[in-house]
Amino acid sequence: MPDFSSEAKMNLPAVVKCPTGIAGFDEITYGGLPCGRPTLVAGNAGAGKTLFAMEFLVRGATQFGENGVFVSFEESPDELAKNVASLGFDLHTLEEENKLVIEHIRIERSEIEETGEYDLEGLFIRLEFAIDSVGARRIALDTLESLFGGLPNEGILRAELRRLFRWLKSKGVTAVITAERGAEGTLTRHGLEEYVSDCVIVLDNRIVEQVATRRLRVVKYRGSVHGTNEYPFLIGENGFNVLPITSIGLDHDASTERISTGVPDLDEMLGGKGYYRGSSVLISGTAGTGKSSLAVAFAKAACERGEKVLYLAFEEAPRQILRNMRSIDIDLAPCLEKNLLKISAYRPTTYGLETHLAVIHKLVKELGPQVVIIDPITNFLAIGTNQEIKSMFTRLVDFLKGDGITSLFTSLTSGGGYEEATEVGISSVIDTWILLRDVEIGGERNRALHILKSRGMPHSNQVREFILSNEGIRLVDAYLGTAGVLTGSARLAQETRERATVLEREQEMESRRNALERRRQMKQAQIAAIEAEFAADEDEYNRMTAREGIRLKAVQTEREAMGRSRKSEEEKS
Amino acid sequence: MPGVNDERPENMTDEATDQAGDAEWELRLYVAGQTTKSITALANLKKLAEEHMHGKYHIEVIDLMQEPQRARTNEVIAIPTLVRKLPEPIRKIIGDLSDKERVLVGLELKERAGK
Repeated sequence: MPDFSSEAKMNLPAVVKCPTGIAGFDEITYGGLPCGRPTLVAGNAGAGKTLFAMEFLVRGATQFGENGVFVSFEESPDELAKNVASLGFDLHTLEEENKLVIEHIRIERSEIEETGEYDLEGLFIRLEFAIDSVGARRIALDTLESLFGGLPNEGILRAELRRLFRWLKSKGVTAVITAERGAEGTLTRHGLEEYVSDCVIVLDNRIVEQVATRRLRVVKYRGSVHGTNEYPFLIGENGFNVLPITSIGLDHDASTERISTGVPDLDEMLGGKGYYRGSSVLISGTAGTGKSSLAVAFAKAACERGEKVLYLAFEEAPRQILRNMRSIDIDLAPCLEKNLLKISAYRPTTYGLETHLAVIHKLVKELGPQVVIIDPITNFLAIGTNQEIKSMFTRLVDFLKGDGITSLFTSLTSGGGYEEATEVGISSVIDTWILLRDVEIGGERNRALHILKSRGMPHSNQVREFILSNEGIRLVDAYLGTAGVLTGSARLAQETRERATVLEREQEMESRRNALERRRQMKQAQIAAIEAEFAADEDEYNRMTAREGIRLKAVQTEREAMGRSRKSEEEKS
Repeated sequence: MPGVNDERPENMTDEATDQAGDAEWELRLYVAGQTTKSITALANLKKLAEEHMHGKYHIEVIDLMQEPQRARTNEVIAIPTLVRKLPEPIRKIIGDLSDKERVLVGLELKERAGK
């Protein structure tokens, strides 16, 4: 994709643009319609051509100080005034203030006979008179092609139309010319695009599978870049609303602010701080895994911070959501009372996909929320193909990110498996993706949660058990065993087993300690016995020594006595 | 061919009214300045009126260059436009009135002329 912004700048001096004031339109055309030039607005009956032309004039007169002339070839001024009054345009006041002239040109074919040469000078004079009477800078011709029905000589008419557009350019008025869409793919029934070639816009009201979607496309814009897509638009109480939602740029700001998920345990898993502000969060899971509960918890947390939340519920009515969430200790009533939470509930099939986008866009612009929750996006599958939803979703995310809005989407994945691919293949635009799933162990289903990805932050790689109770949402530390994550009763059983094991070990240690003690005592007893034995031996020895001493003494005495006796014998001899 | 100027149409209408008296035919010719087509149309109209409604007609020439606001009155966009105000209903004939037959049909004079 080319760099639109720099090209737009480059082209700025070439074509001066005239802001229409139509919401969104000036953005896709980078400034509005070509100033002082005619623009062709083609579309089928009921596509909104008249309204587009009228809004261009009314906004010009009220917002840009450019007066206008509305030349109606079909509706009378009264009819026109009535038709646009519902959009908040007060034509009569504008006329009284000399800001707007409604020139009704009625051509009755049956009244007219054609004889010879003529021109449309009368039309020119009327236009000029009307333009000059209010100093108009803008003009709308609705529907110029009615002339083809009123005037039989097409040759003259075509020559005069060519002259008309030249004349309009020379007058320097910015003109909007409406035309009916022709058959077989031609832009207009009478080939007006041949004359108006500066800017061509096509309005469309297409019905696909019984759902109507209004779209606008800039077919051509000479000398200027423009968004080439079909843009959905709404006609609401404030007039036109074109949605410039495209995936043109990826230049939105990246906030470093972190906001709580509303579930402390989940914050903990996301680096202890929660989601990034302005990021996109996807919570996907099978039915009944608690997607909405997580979404609502986040909404509640945002409201408690004083932020505004837009909650688009496609499955439950607001009252039902309130009731159900009270059961897990989340009371949304205060948020609603403070006007911080807006729950917009409708069936996705109410509108076409593009209209949904338009409605969301409009709600966001009106409410100015910091958080948008869509629950669930998968319900769009009923009204569009995956590809369409993906495109819509990408545009939606880009739009929300561009406005710094944190978005949270839930996605219902089809059951029966562990799905890491969402139904609509939108993971690339998601910053934080939380996966909820069922774990079936031991005859019960429990919920498990893990974070599939979370860009730009450290996050837990654990699979945790996700518990919804009347005390709120808790994420229980997972038991990591051989059978993977264990939940519910299985987890409890495992925990019991674990406790038993610990106890067993403790007891074993105790008994070992006791055994040792016993052995120590035994050894000590043995030592005592040996010592006693030894002492006895020693005693014996001592006694023996003593006895020996006595004996020796006795021997000595005896010997001395003997000696004495021998000596006496020697002495004798 | 007589020129049509600012005064002439007025004079002419007066003249015509004088001739017609209480006009049965009230005709209004819208022109825008003195273009060839306008001049031709007026000449053709005068000739035809004299031939077919002598003394019973009144022609008013309106120059939209002078009075642009009057274009609204009879929903005029083509120039020249001849409007038959009377007899009713209103009929409009656009062009320089060079096709006499069609002018007569347009003025519903064909049958009258044929009578």
